[in-house]
Amino acid sequence: MGFNIEQIRKDFPILQQQVYNKPLIYLDNGATTHKPQVVIDTLRTIYEKQNSSIHRAIHYLSEQMTSRYESARETVRSFINAASIREIIFTSGATGSINAVAFSFGEKYVAAGDEILISEMEHHSNIVPWQMMCERKGAQLKVIPFDEKGELQLDQLDELLSHKTRIVALTHASNSLGTINPVKEVIRRAHEREIPVLLDGAQMVQHGAVDVRELDCDFYVFSSHKIFGPTGSGVLYGKEALLEEMPPYQGGGDMVDQVSFEGTTYNTLPFKFEAGTSHYTGAIGLAAALDYIRSVGIEEIGRYEQELIRYTREKLEGIEQLKIYGESEKRISVFSFLLDNIHTYDAGMILDKMGIAVRTGTHCTQPVMDHFGISGTIRASLVFYNTMEEVDRLVEGIRTTIQMLS
Amino acid sequence: MTDFNEIQQDIVEEFSVFEDWLDRYNYLIELGNDLPGIDPQYRTNEYLINGCQSKVWLHADLVDGRLQFKADSDAIIVKGIVALLVKLMNNRTPAEILENELFFIDGIGLRQNLSPTRSNGLLAMVKKMRLYAMAYQAKEQKAKNHE
Repeated sequence: MGFNIEQIRKDFPILQQQVYNKPLIYLDNGATTHKPQVVIDTLRTIYEKQNSSIHRAIHYLSEQMTSRYESARETVRSFINAASIREIIFTSGATGSINAVAFSFGEKYVAAGDEILISEMEHHSNIVPWQMMCERKGAQLKVIPFDEKGELQLDQLDELLSHKTRIVALTHASNSLGTINPVKEVIRRAHEREIPVLLDGAQMVQHGAVDVRELDCDFYVFSSHKIFGPTGSGVLYGKEALLEEMPPYQGGGDMVDQVSFEGTTYNTLPFKFEAGTSHYTGAIGLAAALDYIRSVGIEEIGRYEQELIRYTREKLEGIEQLKIYGESEKRISVFSFLLDNIHTYDAGMILDKMGIAVRTGTHCTQPVMDHFGISGTIRASLVFYNTMEEVDRLVEGIRTTIQMLS
Repeated sequence: MTDFNEIQQDIVEEFSVFEDWLDRYNYLIELGNDLPGIDPQYRTNEYLINGCQSKVWLHADLVDGRLQFKADSDAIIVKGIVALLVKLMNNRTPAEILENELFFIDGIGLRQNLSPTRSNGLLAMVKKMRLYAMAYQAKEQKAKNHE
């Protein structure tokens, strides 16, 4: 079965609607993605027929639910090609995953005077947890800068990686510039110095195949809601040897082995990092989303999106008053731009009324905006259910916006 | 001076002729362009009402018992809404501002622009206008008590 865009769009009920009497053109997928019918049905069926707390009881429903939850873990493992299900931790999302590592890894491995290396294009979620950790530990945050095209300045990497660096945390793909970073190169150079690397895959997993063993990253994080799954769920992948050494970051049910007032022993991986009743419906819904992506074909999705990127770029570049921020050739289907002196908020309001959903503002990457000396951009972020016709409508909308505001 | 609610009613009627949203926005853009910008001395952080995405500046004086507002925004559609608020609130006594309910924003379908989750500074601006009215009312009262 080839890539059939019409069929795919039918799989996403939310796309069928009109807003302000115009067909919805949803280009805010960087913020969150929509859910295929099969994910919605999965959640619905759980609550209608299957719901039960997991890992708790021996009754029928609980056993069924537990086995669905654990098979969701296997689905995630195979989707990113992790070595073992013990390396797959379900969290509340990419942010939750990074916070978990920043705390737990920090407790074990970071001391006063150490350094953490991130990049200038990180989402606030991959900045603030490390800043908080640095504050706790008396460590220092170092930053890999990017150039005018929005590409990492790798010539500075060797200088920034020092014997004090404890971890590198880097986005796989930028949510505001669209750049896909040369993560394998960064990992290789960090590993030469035995420094582990965390990759923020929140903007990458929905666009192309990710193989954590091939990348050889030490941690990989992503959110379910950005890859067509339910919100409030996410994944932390970590190499087993590292996770074994790291202390739990939250205490509660499920993560324990034996509890007494004298002391507690912890459960084994992955449960050690899953305190409390986990978001099992989220995890199972995520697995349904990943199965759906596989049924469409992640390679087909990647190929289609490359066409979409080429088309969108060409069309946007055809607008004289439009300037794109982030011009890397290796990119995801995310475009940040400004229209002459037009305020992004005005543009966003007008596009909205034409049924076009884009994001305006800093996209949680204020340092990226500071880099360019701007206060924000308009961002169109596309996924495989978007079409060339929608890009045409966006371009028409932009032209109308320019006409109205200049 | 036209009645506070009459002006609101007028604004609602003015907008009712627009069938398309873009026409409404075009009108707001016109209003925004016509509103003189705030003097540079007030376009400072002291008078800034910071929304996350657009900025609004507001300053008020009391002249002969009536409030004179000067306001501005860096986003033109927001500035258009600011112009409507200034038109309504200008030359009012503090009591008029405090006693009357704002309904025109709802009436012209711009309510979402004044919701607390909208980060354009407009809701904070309306609150600030009322705060100015309250402060000047208290000041007047104090002056009267001293007489």
